[in-house]
Amino acid sequence: MHPAYSVIFFTTASGAGYGLITMMALFGVLNGVKLDPWFGAIGFGLGTVLITGGLLSSTAHLGHPERAWRALSQWKSSWLSREGVLAVATYVPLALTAWSWIVEGSLEGPFGLFAVALALLCVLTVHATAMIYATLRTISAWHNKRTVPVYLSFALLTGSVWFHALAQVFGYQTPVQAAIVAIGLLLVMFLKRSYWRTIDLTPGASTPESATGLGNIGKVRLLDNPTMTETFVQREMGFSIARRHSLKLRRLAFLGYCAIPFALTLLTSQAAPAVAVPGTLAAAICVSFGVVIERWLFFAEAKHVSMLYYGAQSS
Amino acid sequence: MTQLPARKPEGQEVKFGLVIDLDTCVGCHACAVNCKEWNTGGHSAPLPDNDPYGTDPNGVWFNRIHTFEAGEGTDSRTVHFPRSCLHCEDAACVTVCPTGASYKREADGIVLVNEDVCIGCKLCSWACPYGAREYDTDAGVMKKCTLCIDRIYNENIPEDERVPACVSTCPASARHFGDLGDPNSGVSQLVADRGGYELMPEMGYKPVNRYLPPRATKKNQCTSGVGAALSRVATEDTPGSAVGSGKFLRWVDRALSR
Repeated sequence: MHPAYSVIFFTTASGAGYGLITMMALFGVLNGVKLDPWFGAIGFGLGTVLITGGLLSSTAHLGHPERAWRALSQWKSSWLSREGVLAVATYVPLALTAWSWIVEGSLEGPFGLFAVALALLCVLTVHATAMIYATLRTISAWHNKRTVPVYLSFALLTGSVWFHALAQVFGYQTPVQAAIVAIGLLLVMFLKRSYWRTIDLTPGASTPESATGLGNIGKVRLLDNPTMTETFVQREMGFSIARRHSLKLRRLAFLGYCAIPFALTLLTSQAAPAVAVPGTLAAAICVSFGVVIERWLFFAEAKHVSMLYYGAQSS
Repeated sequence: MTQLPARKPEGQEVKFGLVIDLDTCVGCHACAVNCKEWNTGGHSAPLPDNDPYGTDPNGVWFNRIHTFEAGEGTDSRTVHFPRSCLHCEDAACVTVCPTGASYKREADGIVLVNEDVCIGCKLCSWACPYGAREYDTDAGVMKKCTLCIDRIYNENIPEDERVPACVSTCPASARHFGDLGDPNSGVSQLVADRGGYELMPEMGYKPVNRYLPPRATKKNQCTSGVGAALSRVATEDTPGSAVGSGKFLRWVDRALSR
């Protein structure tokens, strides 16, 4: 699949944003962090910038961005529509929770309910994003039990690593925050490894023979394309990446989203602020770079079944 | 509404579609050209043509003709393979659409795009296993085969022309249009007689269009001409020639064949 930069930026930024907001809401309501108005303003502010920037960038690849509001209508059947509805709905408890934290200075009672609703909607929004990909039977790499857990765990990781870095800046860090970062790192390490193993070992069920129905004659291969130049379908769905590049990029992504931040968090999170603040911020930036590469590969490595009509030998 | 229309009992549902005969298709691309010609003035008009005389001509076509080769050596076949929207019964391109632009008609099962509502997110093209949808970069909306909805019901053209443009133009009569929901229709009979099949049934989208397989090649078809004459020389005594000359020639044949 063609890796569209707007969609890569969208899923990376909004995943981090929803993760960060979920951490703010849960730590806030469970008394895991002091309800400092400045910390609240920066935390919810950064989260809002990330999700809003992501959503706006996702409209950049539309043919008619001015009609984007229409995408809220088909939530009964379309995961893309559900994602839109959930993303818009999340702004309501987001505003209420931020107000409770910053102005009221309390997440007790009804204010706490706002925070719980906010965390829930954030998780559901990321889940809906992942389901857009996971329900596409045409792309066997994505139509995979691991796609949704991978997306959710990356949101947890990017959210918690940024939350931990912000807490360090304000001096509200706790070992629990570092532990959640570690859980996120371990989850992502195992799930993404499992995802890559699965897509390497299990090609899609469709073949040139099933695509053409000519398998009873023998092995089927393309003799002539319909056109001399590339069609829309080839440009959009036919992107492919050399296997040796993809292995290199997988290693680079793993260093970014897992290995380096793991070492940085372990070594610096309990240290003095002069070390801990730059250390955990570097870990957060590192994770985000790693996720951008991971997301680029998510598209670049995914093969679309329609390419069987254009010479692909497997799906 | 992007939910699929409620299903009716089998046999009562109209399922307009195409039956494409891979045995007779000669790969001339006339169907694709006439499709483009009609549809660039029809329901989805205009269809873009970018860089038409340059090095990278590209644009929207609803119908694309591939050529495949199946089998090995003398048993192999070259098969020309027209590919267009199959108007699936469980059309994923319809259910993934976030705006309701992509829809399946209840009356005849034709899958269409409402271009006034389409936001151009392209997700429907990702959901289609057959690569049938093509994006119009000029209009910013998705386009696809309409089964010539503006011909098949068009009372301003003669009745025998009320078929899709691709069907009307095919010089080999390899394309047939009709109601595949009616078991007694001509196209359904054709599918039954010739063992018509659906593409990628494992995807589960239940395409309506059917493909008729190439007929089996017949072996040892030399019943006349030089081939037939030579094969007889090699296997039997020719009347009037010396007894045993057939045996001798068979021995020569075997020796030379080694």
